[in-house]
Amino acid sequence: MEFETTDQDLITLYTICDQFTDKIIERGQLIPILQQIQEKIGYIPKEAIVKVSEVLSISQAAVYGVATFYNQFRFVPPGKYPIKVCLGTACHVKGADIILENFERKLGIKEGETTQNREFSVERVACVGCCALAPVALVGEQVYGHMAPSKVEGIFTQIEVKKQIEHKQTPNSEN
Amino acid sequence: MKIQIQVDGKHVEVQQGISVLKACLINGIYIPHLCFFESSPHPHASCRLCFVDVDGEPLPVTACTYIVKDRLGIQTNTERVRQLQRSAFTLLLSMHEVNCKSCHANKRCELQKIAKFLNTALKQKTYPTYLKPISIDQNHPCITYYPNRCVLCGRCVQSCQYSVFSFAQRGFETTITTFGNRDVTEQHCENCRRCVEVCPVGALLMNSHQHQNQINGGNSNEMSI
Ligand code: SF4
Ligand code: SF4
Ligand code: FES
Repeated sequence: MEFETTDQDLITLYTICDQFTDKIIERGQLIPILQQIQEKIGYIPKEAIVKVSEVLSISQAAVYGVATFYNQFRFVPPGKYPIKVCLGTACHVKGADIILENFERKLGIKEGETTQNREFSVERVACVGCCALAPVALVGEQVYGHMAPSKVEGIFTQIEVKKQIEHKQTPNSEN
Repeated sequence: MKIQIQVDGKHVEVQQGISVLKACLINGIYIPHLCFFESSPHPHASCRLCFVDVDGEPLPVTACTYIVKDRLGIQTNTERVRQLQRSAFTLLLSMHEVNCKSCHANKRCELQKIAKFLNTALKQKTYPTYLKPISIDQNHPCITYYPNRCVLCGRCVQSCQYSVFSFAQRGFETTITTFGNRDVTEQHCENCRRCVEVCPVGALLMNSHQHQNQINGGNSNEMSI
């Protein structure tokens, strides 16, 4: 799935890269720059690869090669509600792959992907540190312990309710 | 300065300072190799095929990185060398889509040559075969890339003066990428064909030749970022 980079994200990208233009920067700065971009934008858009390659005077392929080597970099925007399913040892033993599959099926996307409306993304993570609650899923910062396939639907209902409440509190947000 | 070395019992005179692999190849002694190539700036010894036994070393060494010494004795065909070469080669082939009939490298492919030399089959059965989901990548405007034929030797990466290629991803997913450089001018690709010429297998093809190759039944999904 292809995502257009939003104008806002492009501005952020250019602001980050502007700090480096006209300065001599080493190739060793590549990862720190990518990390900054991901931190501010949430992912590495295509334009970032091009821009960073210009800033460092190395080829786009080289930037892309390094970026794809590390798991920490993602190339699709995270959803507004990023869903993380823990597949650490404890969760794995407790059938986390079935939980992951349920999220994937519900949203019609695969792990590592984002829904077209950018509302949800699903990814697998290693241990989140609360093995006693295995299997565990996270939506944003919210932890859902003792997950079961039957609880997946409930989580989406909760999110819907939360959205409606938010909507009521800021009635003008649509304008 | 010239020095004397002994390869499989045969005396040969070679230039000082060159690698064992170069010394052997110049003298018509073949050692299987994929990542080394004639104009390679620095061998990165990644294919693990060029092993030889040399005097004074407890274990086989990679011939592409071992520099010749005067009176060095080299054995290119010991049993343990062949074992190492066969396993490395079989592992390479476990990620290879062997379909020589519809491959443009047929009959001049290094893999075919090595298979014959080591007396092993191209269709290996030792390991399960792992193929990448995308078998044709047409992101580069003038070059078609076949990930399942690529042996990841890195020759194309090293040979391109503009670094149009790079390795991407890692582990089983590793491929060569051009990052979808649709705009050739921006990427300086001069269409010099150097990368295509150094590729030891049939993984790179200039697009003008592509029609000849359409007979193979690969799915031509484009690789997206
Ligand atoms: S790259 Fe070589 S071994 Fe592979 S299909 Fe082509 S000719 Fe056969
Ligand atoms: S495309 Fe060819 S030259 Fe490049 S890494 Fe693959 S096999 Fe080697
Ligand atoms: S040629 Fe020596 S390791 Fe590849």
